[in-house]
Amino acid sequence: MLRAALLALLFAVSARAGADEALIAVAANFARTAETLAEAYEAESGHMITISPGSTGQLYARIVQGAPYDAFLSADTERPAMLVEAGQAVAGSRFTYALGRLALWSADPDRIGPDGAAALSGDFRFLAIANPRTAPYGAAAMETLEALGLTDAVQDRLVTGGDVGSAYAFIASGNAELGFIALSQLPDGQGSAWIVPEHLHTPLAQDAVLLTRGADNPAATGFLAYLQTDAARAVIEAAGYAAGARE
Amino acid sequence: MTGPILLTLALASVTTLILMALSLPLAWWLATTRSRIKPVIEAVTALPLILPPTVLGFYLLLLMAPASPLGGFWLEVTGTTLAFSFTGLVVASVIYSLPFAVQPLQAAFERVGPDMMEAAASLRARPLDAFLTVALPLSARGALTAAVLSFAHTVGEFGVILMVGGNIEGRTRTISIAVWEHVESLEYAQAHALSAGLLVFAFVTLFAVYALGRGRKLHVR
Repeated sequence: MLRAALLALLFAVSARAGADEALIAVAANFARTAETLAEAYEAESGHMITISPGSTGQLYARIVQGAPYDAFLSADTERPAMLVEAGQAVAGSRFTYALGRLALWSADPDRIGPDGAAALSGDFRFLAIANPRTAPYGAAAMETLEALGLTDAVQDRLVTGGDVGSAYAFIASGNAELGFIALSQLPDGQGSAWIVPEHLHTPLAQDAVLLTRGADNPAATGFLAYLQTDAARAVIEAAGYAAGARE
Repeated sequence: MTGPILLTLALASVTTLILMALSLPLAWWLATTRSRIKPVIEAVTALPLILPPTVLGFYLLLLMAPASPLGGFWLEVTGTTLAFSFTGLVVASVIYSLPFAVQPLQAAFERVGPDMMEAAASLRARPLDAFLTVALPLSARGALTAAVLSFAHTVGEFGVILMVGGNIEGRTRTISIAVWEHVESLEYAQAHALSAGLLVFAFVTLFAVYALGRGRKLHVR
């Protein structure tokens, strides 16, 4: 019995020999897509990928403090660039893996019509957004309100969670009548939505970067390379993003 | 910076008052009853000690939604929603800090014992009189501990508030939320100022509780 258990353990360990593990910090809007991609990559490579989601600012703050991440999938371009500059990310490893789109969403099927600005000027108690100070999607939401001239009108009805995930929860539960989330989060056929025109905010170019800690980790470098393959780009586009430009 | 501090103090004060009003009869009942459902009530009361604040916050968020029976009722009666409001935070805090009020009170009432109450009854004190003139004064330190812990635990609340508060300045941005936001934004100086204040407050509070506990023993014997 004991021998059988030991043998099984030995087998499990030897089967995993050659497999590496990587911990990837992923901006909340991309977490679900990253899980899908990680599964496909694991099946293909035999490496292990663990996704740790959070707001871009939150993850950046952790990385600066020495969190054990091997790579960072940000929702902006600034923070990965800052990490390279500070020597905490590998120079030349930065690339745009996705271009995000912002969506205004309500769980109420009748709230948002073809004109999103009308819904935003309408009668509602709360508008949920990701925290603009730490989440690029929150910042893009604020820019959109500014561009529509609605900032003052909605200012004291804004509720924020840490990232787009909490904004989603506020809206899905019906506590906030509407709010801004990532297009990739939009549930099929539930409620009503308006896809925010791209000219209303700074483009949500989302950069990935290899962190210094993961520089020699084949699982991390392999996963970042995988993100640029045609197969991965197809998954990213299907999730509601434009894939990044070819290098 | 004073906004979150004042809001937190207001939240903790209101929560403590409501908790004491609820917990005095509940703890007395728990201390004196022989009912079979006593363990059930005790377990429910202690739940917030075990449940992660995220679980509590998630269910409160669903309960407070205008489409749910509770949230809908509240909206109909008051015209406002519970989520993202000061009242909502009070409701959440009362639930979250309930064991910190009930348990010290129950322990204090149990120490009074049935003999004292029977003696009072034999002197023809009505039950309410006996409670007010015998049990409550004998349990004063327990009541003080309950109040101090309720207040302090509410000040230290974070996860539930994060999930049902919505981080609105002046209404739901408490100290713990403000600290979190400063840390995530790498504003360590502001985070330090609030955090150090909270650290000192927590120490002084606990010191007071333990000093009181010591005082009780000296008093009894």
